[in-house]
Amino acid sequence: MDTKTDTVSPPLTIKDFASDQEVRWCPGCGDYSVIKAVQKTLVEVGAKRENTVFVSGIGCSSRFPYYMDTYGFHGIHGRAPAIASGLLLANPDLDVWIITGDGDGLSIGGNHMLHVLRHNYNCVILLFNNGVYGLTKGQYSPTSERGQITPSSPMGVIDPPLEPIQFAIGAGAHFVARVVDIQQQQMIDVLKAAYEHKGAAMIEIFQNCTVFNDGMCDSFATKSTKFEHQIELVAGQPLIYGKARDKGFKCDPGSLSLKSYDIGGEDDDGHGAIVHDPANRSLAFMLAQMQMPEYPVATGVIYNAPEASYEREAMRQVEEAKASSDRKSVTDVLNQGFTWEV
Amino acid sequence: MPATQCFAQHGQGGVPDSAVVRFAGDSGDGIQLLGDQFSLTSAIAGNAISTFPDYPSEVRAPQGSTYGVSAFQIQFGGRNIKTIGDSADVLIAFNPAALKTNLEILKPGGLIIADQGTFSKRGLKKAGYETSPLTDGSLEGYRLLAIDITKQTLAATAPFDLSKKDKQRCKNFWGLGLIFWLFHQKRATTTAWLDRKFAKKPEIARANIAALNAGHAYGENIEASHELYSCHIPAAEMPPGKYRAVTGSQAAAWGLAAASELSGRPLVFSSYPITPATTILHHLARLKDLGVITFQAEDEIAAMCAAIGTAFAGSLGATASSGPGIALKTEAIGLAVAAELPVVIINSQRAGPSTGLPTKTEQSDLYQAVYGRNGDTPLPVLAARSPADCFDVTIEAVRIALKYMTPVMMLMDGYLGNASEPWLIPDMNKLPDISVKNCTDPEGFSPFKRDADTLARLWAIPGTPGLEHRIGGLERDYVTGDVSYDPGNHQKMSQIRIDKVKGIASDLPELEIDQGERDAELGVIGWGSTYGPISRAVSNMREKGASVAHVHLRYLYPFARNQCEITSGFGRILVPEMNMGQLVTVMRDNNCPPAEGFSKVTGRPFTVTELEEAIAARLGG
Ligand code: SF4
Repeated sequence: MDTKTDTVSPPLTIKDFASDQEVRWCPGCGDYSVIKAVQKTLVEVGAKRENTVFVSGIGCSSRFPYYMDTYGFHGIHGRAPAIASGLLLANPDLDVWIITGDGDGLSIGGNHMLHVLRHNYNCVILLFNNGVYGLTKGQYSPTSERGQITPSSPMGVIDPPLEPIQFAIGAGAHFVARVVDIQQQQMIDVLKAAYEHKGAAMIEIFQNCTVFNDGMCDSFATKSTKFEHQIELVAGQPLIYGKARDKGFKCDPGSLSLKSYDIGGEDDDGHGAIVHDPANRSLAFMLAQMQMPEYPVATGVIYNAPEASYEREAMRQVEEAKASSDRKSVTDVLNQGFTWEV
Repeated sequence: MPATQCFAQHGQGGVPDSAVVRFAGDSGDGIQLLGDQFSLTSAIAGNAISTFPDYPSEVRAPQGSTYGVSAFQIQFGGRNIKTIGDSADVLIAFNPAALKTNLEILKPGGLIIADQGTFSKRGLKKAGYETSPLTDGSLEGYRLLAIDITKQTLAATAPFDLSKKDKQRCKNFWGLGLIFWLFHQKRATTTAWLDRKFAKKPEIARANIAALNAGHAYGENIEASHELYSCHIPAAEMPPGKYRAVTGSQAAAWGLAAASELSGRPLVFSSYPITPATTILHHLARLKDLGVITFQAEDEIAAMCAAIGTAFAGSLGATASSGPGIALKTEAIGLAVAAELPVVIINSQRAGPSTGLPTKTEQSDLYQAVYGRNGDTPLPVLAARSPADCFDVTIEAVRIALKYMTPVMMLMDGYLGNASEPWLIPDMNKLPDISVKNCTDPEGFSPFKRDADTLARLWAIPGTPGLEHRIGGLERDYVTGDVSYDPGNHQKMSQIRIDKVKGIASDLPELEIDQGERDAELGVIGWGSTYGPISRAVSNMREKGASVAHVHLRYLYPFARNQCEITSGFGRILVPEMNMGQLVTVMRDNNCPPAEGFSKVTGRPFTVTELEEAIAARLGG
């Protein structure tokens, strides 16, 4: 096929990215709004269907690739990042999206998640965090709250939840963000930024499971709660929130943590709120640590400090080795070193 | 005549046609280096050789301890050498622990060269000796040459401006010089190697060469005093051409690189370190200049999954591991079967179960390879028989994987991986084209549309417009390739997966009898690295007039199509295996004639003698 035809073909629409498969998520599941945002993003960034690959593990959200008319690979539980690694080493020019969840990516696949972030393969990782195992009918997950009652924790969850953003930054991720399923515009903005980022970009998506963990985000992401309990991060903008934008954050030098203050109130030192710098790793940690109910939940791009991606570095080594070697083929290798004639 | 006799009597009788030398010392003594140098010199002299490094599993075992002993065995000679030899003619022991742990491998009447300087009270105690074996009479029945090699080395290296420690370190080359003298071998290859190796430290090179020469001169002197005689081992008749030494790991690695070239598909090798497969990763990591990409994954599972991702992208995906690691990869191997993607999985087997004996060889993963997955999940299984054969079998594994769109398991083992043999360097131009085409035509495309002959599904790779599709571990519809829960469809897909793999048999060469007749009284059937000892044992027994035949299997699943038929004429069948009888079961499973197993799971390869005795017992009965 002549690639030039691409430039004259009409731009793709959301429909072009939807496959012919019937979507099988429960009615009202947060997954629907995520797929819509992703399809919209792909249209807006001008992605090509043939260059786009969705790789998933196991779980409700991991059905995602079937509903996209792109290339897709539905892997095994927790292993999508590993499959994506091999894919990118074979073809670094692909746009690779990893679809995973709190169980898939942080429990059975925790090791792969850690390393795909550390290796920094160029991919976008959508971590659908619904705080529960949906596909197997409601058991608690690594992000379930303490005390959560589920079929496998009838007296309540004993262990503390894992916080994905801190995990990711700790693993050495270079792009970490958080969004809420129902907040479409912020999700699309973040997806675009993740798409542009060259390297592993992890987005934690708070995704409502209507069946097993309904209302997980109600305390901070509904129309009535979000102003007081959520802070939307914008690079270069001060950390300000509240319906009247009357609260800000400053760094408390004593505890080395963020502290909320009323703007114009007695704690206001007049220096203004801290400005969000996504390249600041310490700030990113502080933002990730902010937990309800003491703090509002931070959403948006929390950390963004790009570095060379793994597959590009691997290619660079190959090119360097080629340039400095006399060997051109296996024959050269076999005939090198000690040989003798009989 | 045996080599041992040759040392005792000058010019008496004939010339020995082969000899076995075992070098043994502390891990820090440079034993493997000596082995490599001696092998190379013998190979260049035209001897056929078979070698095996036998080193401890501890990375840094305490000096002088029995578990810190490193050894290297070589058989070299004028006939087609197929094994490293059951027992050694010469043992050179650089310390008491080396003598203690290796004496049992020495032939009665064999020659011991011992570094007397190390048989101090302390050295003896570390090795667990109450009294010195050099003087207490316990070595009666062997020829003993006790020399203070350390002292001799210090004298030979006196003129050099080096520390005492550095000088002492030359003692291995003093010993090598003596062994070179013993077998009339030339020193030039080793001196050239030393000059190159220590180009930046010429003083060290010169000291080692002086030690090498001094060891050689020492031999000449004792010959002059009629204490011991040197003997000449003739060259072997080998097909003419250019040779090199190759280990199984090297050959497997190069086989993958060669298959990448022959198929025109870039190689991405993903692997996680595990003994004894790791060296394959090392060899491939050094081939970046050929465009080979290696990925040391975070774990075994990731390595297999990355290979699957690579195959999905249209490149050559491969991984290597050993039994426990293959167990971890198993779920993902099933995914490759379900998704019908070509991946080559090399299993360099070691003794199990579980962690087992990591550095000891075994061939006990045959069940795992043939049967070890959930569901009805068939995949082709092949095995290499010698170090150099790993090259050919790896290419064959890739050929089958690509042509049939299936994962393929290639079995080798720790022994083959580490052992080396001379190898007639293959001409890449004469190797077959194993390339396959990608699907590019969107017309009527479905990812599970199959080739009518091979039943391989279409390979459509990301980046190809119009062929966007989704595959994975869920069952697929036979026609559309979409997810399907239809009961009849699952039956059909299960059948086609089995038919596809079984059908490969028609694409395999017919099995031939390696030695002997179809109607032999006893047929010996083997696979993998037992080829060498079985082949030698059968040929020895046949020389004695026994009615015995040898059949060797490269293809373990599916079998060559005539396997059951060609083995049906034997009076009875014996299957020697380094496991508890796995091939016997697989043969039964394939309705082949019944066979009796002969097991050895000591972590060591079969000896020729053991096999000769087993054959004789079956024929005598
Ligand atoms: S179980 Fe929960 S997460 Fe799964 S599809 Fe239904 S609503 Fe969505």
